[in-house]
Amino acid sequence: MTTHSKSAEIFNRDFERTTWHDETLYFVRQKRDKAAFQIDDWELLRETASQIKFNVLSNLSEYLIQFEENALKNGIKVHWAADAREHNEIVFNIVSEYFEGNIPHDTFKGIVKSKSMLTEECHMNEYLISKGIEVVDTDLGERIVQLAGERPSHIVLPCIHWKKEEIGELFHKHLGTEKGNKDPKYLTEAARQHLRDKFLNRKVALTGVNFAVAVTGEFVVCTNEGNADMGTHLSDLHIASMGMEKIIPQRQHLSVFLRLLARSATGQPITTYSSHFRKPRDGQQMHVVIVDNGRSTQLGREDFRNSLKCIRCGACFNTCPVYRRSGGHSYHTAIAGPIGSILSPNLDMKANADLPFASTLCGSCSNVCPVKIDIHQQLYKWRQVLVKEGHTSATKTLMMKGMSKVLASPAVFKFSGKVGRMLMDKMPFMVNNSLNLWYKQREMPEPPKESFREWYKKNRK
Amino acid sequence: MTSRDQILAKVKQNQPNSVHLPDLSILGKESFDPITKFAETAVAIGAEVIEIQDFSEIQKYINSKYSGKTVRSTLADFNSENWLALSPKELDGTDFLLVEAQFGVAENGSIWISDKDLGQRIAPFITEYLGVILDKSKIINTMHQAYQIIGDEDYGFGLFLAGPSKTADIEQSLVLGAHGARGLVIFLK
Ligand code: SF4
Repeated sequence: MTTHSKSAEIFNRDFERTTWHDETLYFVRQKRDKAAFQIDDWELLRETASQIKFNVLSNLSEYLIQFEENALKNGIKVHWAADAREHNEIVFNIVSEYFEGNIPHDTFKGIVKSKSMLTEECHMNEYLISKGIEVVDTDLGERIVQLAGERPSHIVLPCIHWKKEEIGELFHKHLGTEKGNKDPKYLTEAARQHLRDKFLNRKVALTGVNFAVAVTGEFVVCTNEGNADMGTHLSDLHIASMGMEKIIPQRQHLSVFLRLLARSATGQPITTYSSHFRKPRDGQQMHVVIVDNGRSTQLGREDFRNSLKCIRCGACFNTCPVYRRSGGHSYHTAIAGPIGSILSPNLDMKANADLPFASTLCGSCSNVCPVKIDIHQQLYKWRQVLVKEGHTSATKTLMMKGMSKVLASPAVFKFSGKVGRMLMDKMPFMVNNSLNLWYKQREMPEPPKESFREWYKKNRK
Repeated sequence: MTSRDQILAKVKQNQPNSVHLPDLSILGKESFDPITKFAETAVAIGAEVIEIQDFSEIQKYINSKYSGKTVRSTLADFNSENWLALSPKELDGTDFLLVEAQFGVAENGSIWISDKDLGQRIAPFITEYLGVILDKSKIINTMHQAYQIIGDEDYGFGLFLAGPSKTADIEQSLVLGAHGARGLVIFLK
């Protein structure tokens, strides 16, 4: 398997494209800043959201039971999936039972699906397709990557790595749009017509869940396009897939999260639609599938359980210098970016051992995170675990062990800093060589003549 | 043991010691003029805002833009065919839908509507254009007041709606009218 650094290297061969990708995402990050700065209580909101999530994690089993009880009262059926496979089987069985065990494959056209990173995590599309059920992704960005046979490269902006010329070409091929037309308005209209037809002709709709309220048994789905609602309100069967950490205690807590989510994600004050599903429509069936898939294990890892506070806003992606210049696919997992690099090793330590190293530990992610996850600290902690468990390459292990020795002893730290500065000054080839991964794609900076410690000693009065 | 019981047992075993919920009453104290803020924000997210004195102005607006088109409404004093009995799919082709919102939220330009205002859940999404009547006195500052008003309203489906349907999935260029209504006009009365 290719590692993050290998894929990132390939991504970086096209310098202009990498720069464009970088700048586009930074533009989204700046929109987030603008929106956040308009709220005087922004920091208080983040702190409150964080505390609510801590409360949720510490009472999760009780809240889940409460949610189930209330959802059932509302006429929603509740299912439990221990892992991805069980989730996929449950979805298939719900559809199959809806047709009394006999899916009429000639007339049943399949499922319309709105954005759900959980179904990506579970590889649900592939599974259902193998069982003869077509799945149409209806979020524009997701439809684009689906038509291209790819996976989303970002949890909020699935096709952020695609240029409009390429989308024009793709739509020309699949939807019959004019050749060479790359106007976003024209292309969006083509997708609207194409998907409207699907919405009107599908009986089954699948959505994700942004928040589920324990005391009311309802769940909230946020979109800008309206695709989740177009799917569900036209369907006879609505299935919602939900990671178990999506629970919040009460309805009023939605106020905090809905204020934070869209502002953090795209800089909008709120998404266009924040839909609260509490009871099925007359004549409709509504199902919620609650999925564990490693979450209960992560909950038991004291150092990493905070990652379960995530509300999937994508802000940590947009601000991450490594993500911006390596692209989502380099992370080879459903959830890319800084938070994905904490969640993925929990699922498979060996396969994802490279990901916690795909970070500069600059901490920008932790600073923007609306629920105050200590992302960069967890990445650092994963590195320790992975080295200890023997999942890293020999070079990395050596470097990490060396680093921790240096950092553990102030005297060694002082000395090695001096040597480092001297080396960079007198023998730059020792640092600027291909063994030093930091030198890839960049010149090493001029070393300062004296360290901060030396400067401080001299200038302190 | 079923998956449910296994999952719950493991969660129970692994969850940390219980911590308290934070106090929400200190939030939502921002002060601004709610009506101005609402109108500014709604326009910024792509809606049109029109102040009206009486209902006839809405009628005039509709006549000038949608004469001969399919116009539907849930308002009692609005003449439209009984479309509530149609199937959701049959509402495709609605050119303009008029509903009344329960309240508006100044900080984000959204309005709250639920089953009882919608006629049919699909209606505000499937219509090409959407009109919403909002009472100025029912604009509140932030989402905290919003959920105080909602309280434990017994809806089956409820919705914060903010502006027209939109997407920026193609190179971050904003396009209105992704899958839902292409335009939203708010009549402030
Ligand atoms: S970790 Fe924080 S910033 Fe990143 S997606 Fe989750 S909530 Fe957003």
